[in-house]
Amino acid sequence: MSDLIRLSAAELGERLAAREVTSVEATRAHLDRIAAVDGAVHAFLHVDAERALDTAAEIDRRRHIGEELGPLAGVPIAIKDVLVTKGMPTTSGSRILEGWVPPYDATPVRKVRDAGMVPLGKTNMDEFAMGSSTEHSAYGATHNPWDLDRIPGGSGGGSAASVAAFEAPLALGSDTGGSIRQPAHVTGTVGVKPTYGGVSRYGSIALASSLDQIGPVSRTVLDSALLHDVIAGFDPHDATSIPDPWPSMAEAVRRADVSGLRIGVVKELDSDGFQAGVRQRFHEALELLEQHGAEIVEVSAPNFEYSIAAYYLILPAEASSNLAKFDSVRFGLRVTPEGGGTVEQVMSATREAGFGPEVKRRIILGTYALSAGYYDAYYGSAQKVRTLVQRDFDAAFAKVDVLATPTAPTTAFKLGEKLDDPLAMYLNDVATIPANLAGVPGISVPAGLAPEDGLPVGIQFLAPAREDARLYNVGGALEALLLDRWGGPILAQAPDLSTHELMATEEGVV
Amino acid sequence: MARAALMDFDEALERFEPVIGLEVHVELNTKTKMFSSAPNPAHAEFHGAEPNTLVAPVDLGLPGSLPVVNGTAVRYSISLGLALGCSIAESSRFARKNYFYPDLAKNYQISQYDEPIAYEGSVEVELENGRVFQVAIERAHMEEDAGKLTHVGGATGRIQGAEYSLVDYNRAGVPLVEIVTKPIVGAGADAPALARAYVATIRDIVLALGVSEARMERGNLRCDANVSLRPRGQEQFGTRTETKNVNSMRSIERAVRYEIQRQAAILADGGTITQETRHWHEDTGTTSPGRPKSDADDYRYFPEPDLLPVVPDPALIEELRAALPEPPAARRRRLKGEWGFTDLDFQGVVNAGLLAEVAATVAAGATPAAARKWWTGELTRIANARGEDPAALAEPAQVAELAALVDEGVLTDRLARQVLEGVIAGEGSPREIVDARGLAVVSDDGALVAAIDQALAAQPDVLAKIRDGKVQAAGAVIGAVMKAMQGKADAARVRELVLERASGGEG
Repeated sequence: MSDLIRLSAAELGERLAAREVTSVEATRAHLDRIAAVDGAVHAFLHVDAERALDTAAEIDRRRHIGEELGPLAGVPIAIKDVLVTKGMPTTSGSRILEGWVPPYDATPVRKVRDAGMVPLGKTNMDEFAMGSSTEHSAYGATHNPWDLDRIPGGSGGGSAASVAAFEAPLALGSDTGGSIRQPAHVTGTVGVKPTYGGVSRYGSIALASSLDQIGPVSRTVLDSALLHDVIAGFDPHDATSIPDPWPSMAEAVRRADVSGLRIGVVKELDSDGFQAGVRQRFHEALELLEQHGAEIVEVSAPNFEYSIAAYYLILPAEASSNLAKFDSVRFGLRVTPEGGGTVEQVMSATREAGFGPEVKRRIILGTYALSAGYYDAYYGSAQKVRTLVQRDFDAAFAKVDVLATPTAPTTAFKLGEKLDDPLAMYLNDVATIPANLAGVPGISVPAGLAPEDGLPVGIQFLAPAREDARLYNVGGALEALLLDRWGGPILAQAPDLSTHELMATEEGVV
Repeated sequence: MARAALMDFDEALERFEPVIGLEVHVELNTKTKMFSSAPNPAHAEFHGAEPNTLVAPVDLGLPGSLPVVNGTAVRYSISLGLALGCSIAESSRFARKNYFYPDLAKNYQISQYDEPIAYEGSVEVELENGRVFQVAIERAHMEEDAGKLTHVGGATGRIQGAEYSLVDYNRAGVPLVEIVTKPIVGAGADAPALARAYVATIRDIVLALGVSEARMERGNLRCDANVSLRPRGQEQFGTRTETKNVNSMRSIERAVRYEIQRQAAILADGGTITQETRHWHEDTGTTSPGRPKSDADDYRYFPEPDLLPVVPDPALIEELRAALPEPPAARRRRLKGEWGFTDLDFQGVVNAGLLAEVAATVAAGATPAAARKWWTGELTRIANARGEDPAALAEPAQVAELAALVDEGVLTDRLARQVLEGVIAGEGSPREIVDARGLAVVSDDGALVAAIDQALAAQPDVLAKIRDGKVQAAGAVIGAVMKAMQGKADAARVRELVLERASGGEG
């Protein structure tokens, strides 16, 4: 394995700046890695090697003539397929958008390009970001690099797996109920959901507009912070984007210090419902922080338990409307019934063929929840719960600076294990959903491996809206302490994914 | 389609009381669309663009695209709401109205539902017969227009029988304000005329505000007319029909009248009215059923999560209120008093749609009488002959200048009409045309005297006749002089000079 792919994005950026390595070399190393392992991992839906190398060469040229470039210039990045990319196919994991090439770039993608980063391709995801395992992708599941028989989390399993498998040092994800944080938890990586409105949603194919947020995926906290600094900021194309300037997240990591930091443990999310190893690593992490000056406080968030119920009304309601545009008239798949048909019949046939079962399930749920006579009981009540969850956060943040929870109840489960049990699948997001309902930021940082199965476990921190820097402070501090304890990054313990090993596992999977 | 039975209008009114409700859609003439930066085809500059050339990702509903509210459209909507006497909501919200239709790119329309920007207003409407109504406004809300479908292959251009349909998304996202009246009762036989006068008043208001081009033939202003009948003496409203997109003032009046007659015939026959939308047919002057409509239509409205509530600064509202033009009815009353016209003369100007032109001409310095005379006389005559609008022929300032030239004695009425022809032909200002064409009245007595002497020499007996007291004999000489001067002489002055000559002696 080339050393270049083992570098963090920050380290690679420094080597590029020092001209010890070129972007073309770094990009080629990652493309080679993709060629070697992605057949087994299936993190990518689309890889554009030619364009990536062209972009890399252009950055090298600009650096050569002495142009001032940012810290991530020349660093490769993977992009979740939920973000539209000009000239690069974008499917959101759905058959209904197969072959569609967008005419414009999403704002975070444009910002990544403007920062001189090198997009490698598009990563796999649950169809329209509906899922917690990436098994709902229309293009086949992604496999967890720690154990190819297991799920990489979802919906952003592709982005997390690409980073965990050293196919890319960085990736962009989207988080509607945990789709960045839960995959980070099960793959031993870092994932951040910024404050709602912190990163533009323009060009992110909407799942639930009031919950969606774009964020960074990486192997280190500093790398996420550097990417966060690139993609954050006001966008006139997104009416919900926050106009105020942001402090540097990278700076927060570099100055990380938890002395005097009040950390609240949400008692409702520290229960028997969580796997023993997950809870064990969670408490060890808190002890470590306490030893270094943090104050650990138990807080209660009594309404969090209604979060999933409210979320599964608000999300399908908004999704049922957002997905109405996929009707075959202007773009994407078109299925014409035998012998032709009216436009309604063509729309219906297209949606029947183009959407997978989970998408249909949620469209039906959402359509029902918004129907006349049911609106108040379902959508209306769910919005009330949302307000109560926000109040729980307000009350908690009046006492503490950040909250801590395990990121998800279990380590990575087996592919297929929960595919036929939607409710069990939905419960994966019990700890991550409250942040989306309230619009507050969250981070998942590796906390170790669960003793019982040797699989990665994450710890989640949550901060008040607009206080994303607090997450980088506490996340960066914990990461540094754990690296000392482990003697190196957690991903050093992941399987090597050598070709021989892959072949054997592939057979096992199928 | 069988032609519906109609009851005689007067009989219908004797037996039933009509209740009408009007929904007017106003396309705002902002530079860009309601939710995107694409040029707005309802702005004069972008009218008539090629299909699907005025579109941004939002207008096509492309995946990932997001709407952003046009601030100018909000200001225009507030001004319009204020001009309708409405209260402006401290906070109003957009909502999604969900339904599948190929002209609706997102398959939902961004509209306002339970929180419109303007509510509870009133508009004074004056009919041609002088009756004045206060029409209560329920609400005015902002929304986006849909695209336009063209059905190809059928005989009628309608969707029935068409082979395929083309969609033009230029109109998708055009900013609209929908103005909804409360039910209008008590108009009786004037209901059709009131519907027409109401829409004309809305047109006057939006034109005075400058927020819309307000051209009905282009769809800048569209009216849906709700009509129901109830038996005289009954409290409860009858079942209504909604006649869609009636696209001229005249048609609004005809459509309401038609629905009253049609519904009356059905009710009198013991039938029931179907609640439905109906299409107006300009050619036959009839309506036909569209899709059935019920109050239970489920659009699954919910607050638009991509947009924040609209919370206008109270200072902005007051600024816009202070800048409001005078309401059309009040303005008419004021002008009528200032001009001193008779009821008949004033109504003539109003009904000819020339109030703005006459007012502007008076503002440019003409007397009200002269302004009225030119616009309702010569300009209207020429416009009618050409099949054009009088307002399109000349600028008010040019007409005022023409009137001034007549007042100064530079032009006679006859010469002034020639100058007006030049103005219409685009030859320049009246003064420039007088100079260029040499049309001024000859006021040089020397030249006139010379012409008079010449005429007297040709008719030697005239002077003697005048001296004998036969003053009317001067007519022949005046005629000859006017002819010799090619009409550019003041006939009264010529007469004076001839009489002077006769009394002067020697001859």
